[in-house]
Amino acid sequence: MQITSISYLLFAAAVLLGYFLLPKKVRWMYLLASSLFFYLMAGVEYLGFLVLTVLSTYVGGRLMERNLSKQERYLAENKDSLSREEKKACKNRIKIKNRLILAAILVLNFGILGACKLGNDYSLWMLGLPFGISFYMFQSMGYLVDIYRGTDKAERNFFKLALFASYFPQLIQGPISKHSVLAPQLTAGKGFDGKAFSFGIQRMLWGFFKKLVIADRIAAAVVILRGPEYTGVGFFLLTLFYAVQIYADFTGGIDMVIGLSQALGITLPENFVRPYFSKNIAEYWRRWHISLGEWMKSYIFYPISVSSPMLKLSKAARTKLGNFGKRLPVYAASVATWAVTGIWHGLTPNFLLWGMMNCFVIVVSEELNPLYEKFHNRLGFKEKKWYGGFEILRMFLLMNLIRVVDWFPDVGQYFSRMGSLFTTFNFHVLWDGTLMKLGLTALDYGILAFGIATMFSVSLFEETKGSIRERLYTRPVLRYALFVALLLIVLLMGSYGIGYDAGNFIYNRF
Amino acid sequence: MEALLDILSELHPEVDFETATGLIDDKVLDSFDIVTIVAEINAEYDVQIPAVELTPENFNSARALYALVERLMEE
Repeated sequence: MQITSISYLLFAAAVLLGYFLLPKKVRWMYLLASSLFFYLMAGVEYLGFLVLTVLSTYVGGRLMERNLSKQERYLAENKDSLSREEKKACKNRIKIKNRLILAAILVLNFGILGACKLGNDYSLWMLGLPFGISFYMFQSMGYLVDIYRGTDKAERNFFKLALFASYFPQLIQGPISKHSVLAPQLTAGKGFDGKAFSFGIQRMLWGFFKKLVIADRIAAAVVILRGPEYTGVGFFLLTLFYAVQIYADFTGGIDMVIGLSQALGITLPENFVRPYFSKNIAEYWRRWHISLGEWMKSYIFYPISVSSPMLKLSKAARTKLGNFGKRLPVYAASVATWAVTGIWHGLTPNFLLWGMMNCFVIVVSEELNPLYEKFHNRLGFKEKKWYGGFEILRMFLLMNLIRVVDWFPDVGQYFSRMGSLFTTFNFHVLWDGTLMKLGLTALDYGILAFGIATMFSVSLFEETKGSIRERLYTRPVLRYALFVALLLIVLLMGSYGIGYDAGNFIYNRF
Repeated sequence: MEALLDILSELHPEVDFETATGLIDDKVLDSFDIVTIVAEINAEYDVQIPAVELTPENFNSARALYALVERLMEE
């Protein structure tokens, strides 16, 4: 079932209606049943993978918690008779036991994810990537690590854990939620909240607008521009068009997911905070796909960078390399984190390159920061508005260049196309009719210009003045007028029909 | 506490760490800063701060961070 299809809309309406008609106590069961139904529609052959992850997560979580409570009981009962060393030894024993349990389940699950991705990326098997596997896997494994760390309690009810893993809106492309935040909301069965409901529906419509009017329209041109004949300015257009497509596709999809959840009274974490207004790549990554970044930070970057070997490395390096030595562990952990993030996106070499390019830019900017500071102090224009604009544009162009490597499994191709930016000045493609060969008509360009201008204006308003929806909430007539106008725009200008693969989100392939 | 304030001031000379209470919430410290602080604390106090303790509550103020170091030293 595609999320932009009529059948999905009917399904979402049925979920909303049923959810609020049923008694609060059974609402979570209804959500679980709906999620399973949604999952079966996506492909019954994938259900085994989901069940295996939920089952192993459930058993692992319960086992670790049993060990922890045993330890607590033993320490409480023998509080006075045990020496400090004996208490420490007991804690260590349990820690090692739990670490083994955790490691076994992580290896099993990430092994499955890796095998599925390998099979999919190199077409080794016909099934494709199990639906939503990355997202339920990341959520479940994060939950297990939290239990191991003692920051979350193991779920006793298997079916409640199953709902946390399989909650259908987030299966499509996230966001990745923490169990301690999401699970209580899923099972609380909140009452109907008119404002949340109306905000949720508005947000879904806004998501449809981004996805159907912009992302799916420009998608055809992105495919054509990937062709080898588009060098120089043609390649520049690819980076630009892809920036528009992926933004509208991913943020639009997340709007639909967060919107539906909001209507149900469930708050999911924000995945984007207007990332294209960032002034550098590090900031961009704090504002784009936030839930993945947080996951990577909590479960990969921090554990590696504060591990004993890294601290030893830091001590040794600081005596030899000074300040750079001090930062060496941070950089080593960054390389590892970006490698994992890259590989997660795909097991072809370009994704590893993508991760390393991001990491390289972030690390180099960090190292050059003192130099920048000196430079700015001397020239004194850092606080100027135009300089802020320049920084945003610089970040945008650089990120576009890094991002487009997605499309080049053959890394050599990518570099030669990038090189053409500096050797081929074929500006004539802008007026010699090439633009009309990209699968877009003049009307399409007009609609795209209108769509992008609308999206940009809304972002700019929210970036500088705050929430538009809060302001509109006090003006119901204007709000309904805008809602109806947006609905008409989506219906009239959305990309439907043969050739358009609506519903297939870019991030659903990861 | 003095040594800790020195570590923090070296990273961000422009911040008054004795009074600041929203170092994470106000985005004064980023993840690179946090890891650098952990390594510095390890060198200064011989205390290893585990990943689970890298929370906003522990890093929002110098006082909270010092309390964490003291707690870990006792353990």
